[in-house]
Amino acid sequence: MASHTSAIEGHGQHEGSHDPNLKHHFENAEQQKETATLGMWAFLLTELMFFGGLFLAYFVYRHWYPVAFIDASNKTDVLVGAINTTVLICSSLTMALGVHYASKGNRKLLVMFLVLTLLLGGIFLGVKGYEYHDKWVHHEIPGEHFECHGCRDAGHASLFFSLYFGMTGLHASHMIIGFGVLLVLIWQAWKGKFTAKWYTPIEIFGLYWHFVDIVWIFLFPLLYLIDRVGKPLL
Amino acid sequence: MITATAPVIEEKNYLNAEHGLKSWLLTQDHKRIALLYLMAVSVFFIVGGFFAVLIRLELATPAGDLLDSNTYNKVFTMHGVVMIFFFLIPSIPAILGNFLLPLMIGAKDLAFPRINLLSWYVYMLAGILGTTVLLTGGVDTGWTFYTPLSSTYSNGYVVLTAMAAFVAGFSSILTGLNFIVTVHRMRAPGLTWFRLPLFVWAHYATSVVMILGTPVIAVTLFLLMLERGLHIGFFDPAYGGDPVLFQHLFWFYSHPAVYIMILPSMGVISEVVSTFCTKKPFGYTFIAFSSVAIAVFGFLVWGHHLFVSSQSAYAGMVFSILTYIVAIPSAIKVFNWSATMYKGQVRLETPMLYALGFIGLFTIGGLTGLFLAAMGLNVHVTDTYFVVAHFHYVMVGGGVMGYLAGLHHWWPKMFGRMYSRTWSMVAAGLVFIGFNLTFFPQFLLGYMGMPRRYHVYPPEFQVLNVLSSAGASILALGFLIPGIYLTWSLKYGAKAPANPWGGVTLEWQTSSPPPTSNFDVTPVITNEVYDYTNQEVPHIG
Repeated sequence: MASHTSAIEGHGQHEGSHDPNLKHHFENAEQQKETATLGMWAFLLTELMFFGGLFLAYFVYRHWYPVAFIDASNKTDVLVGAINTTVLICSSLTMALGVHYASKGNRKLLVMFLVLTLLLGGIFLGVKGYEYHDKWVHHEIPGEHFECHGCRDAGHASLFFSLYFGMTGLHASHMIIGFGVLLVLIWQAWKGKFTAKWYTPIEIFGLYWHFVDIVWIFLFPLLYLIDRVGKPLL
Repeated sequence: MITATAPVIEEKNYLNAEHGLKSWLLTQDHKRIALLYLMAVSVFFIVGGFFAVLIRLELATPAGDLLDSNTYNKVFTMHGVVMIFFFLIPSIPAILGNFLLPLMIGAKDLAFPRINLLSWYVYMLAGILGTTVLLTGGVDTGWTFYTPLSSTYSNGYVVLTAMAAFVAGFSSILTGLNFIVTVHRMRAPGLTWFRLPLFVWAHYATSVVMILGTPVIAVTLFLLMLERGLHIGFFDPAYGGDPVLFQHLFWFYSHPAVYIMILPSMGVISEVVSTFCTKKPFGYTFIAFSSVAIAVFGFLVWGHHLFVSSQSAYAGMVFSILTYIVAIPSAIKVFNWSATMYKGQVRLETPMLYALGFIGLFTIGGLTGLFLAAMGLNVHVTDTYFVVAHFHYVMVGGGVMGYLAGLHHWWPKMFGRMYSRTWSMVAAGLVFIGFNLTFFPQFLLGYMGMPRRYHVYPPEFQVLNVLSSAGASILALGFLIPGIYLTWSLKYGAKAPANPWGGVTLEWQTSSPPPTSNFDVTPVITNEVYDYTNQEVPHIG
């Protein structure tokens, strides 16, 4: 057994120059960062499958009831949806800039871009709330009081709205969680917790934020842009 | 040799490093979290077992005299929900995997210790939700939650039960995520992928299924909750929805979930067989890759649960063929374990007895799975006791036997104590006999046409049902005895040496129980895996 392994002195927590951000079970900062990043990518894979079930349901039902989906989809406010898409894309830009300035160790610009990201995320959620309210007023929420005026296949139109609320709701819940995490990160960035050497939380949160953004990039055309050619925007 | 330096006085280890409730509830040590899981999972095993006892008592007579039909529906539902979501899925990964994965790869801990602790709390939250359902009246949909029964007609607490399974799923995702990242990033110097113990390969494959499959059941249950709770229809035909879509989404997770339950057991068996034959596993690479193959092909066979659910004959044929294919890697494992034993010095210690039981029972479970994969035969036995017997041979004969093999194999490592050799062998024998007596008659019952999920049956089925119930009492005894002598060993068992069985994987090279940081010095691996050339066979008993 002695020949099975040889041993060297463990290092990491025993070294003289102790890095306060280095957890005890890692050998060095590089390993720690790679670990955190891989963890986030694996998590995003999970998230992809989480949304995947809804996308599958969408494709099945849209394939079965194309007319119902066209008419119900045309009830969404494409202009508001487009504005919100722009807002979200801009928030991804500010997030990317935030990560960039974190890597430069620029605390002020990091905080500024994180706050901008927070604001844009907040605007997105506010607009989403406005749209939900609009649906409520027009009885477009599936259930007993559901109505779909002028829909050719009204019997199946509620499936579209079930998916609309399921998909955008799940997306919005991810935005809300991101909003909460951003608040914490802004506080920590303001306190100077992140340095050019260590800003892993900012970087992996960036991955998350971009992922949520990308999901919306797919949701917008699927839910808002079915058969819009040659039709008035409003 | 690390063990030689162990002093006689009580050594500092992870168990006595800190004291008090807080040191357990806020621990980030993977070994302590494994013990938290052990306690919680054991409680749920007892709860699930209690429901099994009720089922077998009711079925001892043809008339529905002990439980009315509604209660019976709730009892088998809760047996399934508890055993699958709260026992089988977390058992080996969250207890043995949690404890052993870092030890086997020479790491100080899992990659994310805090997320590991979080996963236990998430599991406990799910457990509280599940227990609330139990105490307030239960649910009667079967563990499969099929719509439209679950979404429209069921009288039970469907939303709360679905929520419990949903939350338990996140615990499983967090565990899987942690394992994958740990295997990628935390291996000791020199520990290449093909020097990893097969237990680690099996857990890696399991983790892939966990992070890719579990979110799909999560979103499916999310939709079910929306439909049941808020009348936002997805599967209800009244809105043009299709209940069969629920079945597709459900089985896309729940079939791979079968491999979440069996792959870790296969990992245990690979270790146990190798150790007790003092031999490198025959075809190491094949066993390693067969785990990965099972994880991949496991995702492509869900349609075999829908042969009678209006699935087209062509889809059925494709799923049937894919199901035959997924049997190949399982067979590779069985052949390789057998080949490992061939001309090996087989030592019949308790873990090895369970491992032998596993190989026999899993083979029967797997082969009857092939019967069920044949579409014509499947139609004949769909929803009969043949199916019940098949999956119990896999889940109990495979999953639970593997769990008990692993628990007995690593118990001395986990607690530093030996358990009674005699009693453990008696219990292993009782489990094997009791299990076969319980479930083999169910193959016959199913083939004769007895449907599952009914509390009454024609009198001609009584003899086989009484045999089954008699077997269940022997099985219950077989599960009870380890509970007693294992608990007894914690205080009165003989002190375990660092390496009681003569294993060569890394966890045997640290003390029993291990220190909080696992290894006093970070191991550097220079040898190939399972190198027994310098390993002495210890004398036990």
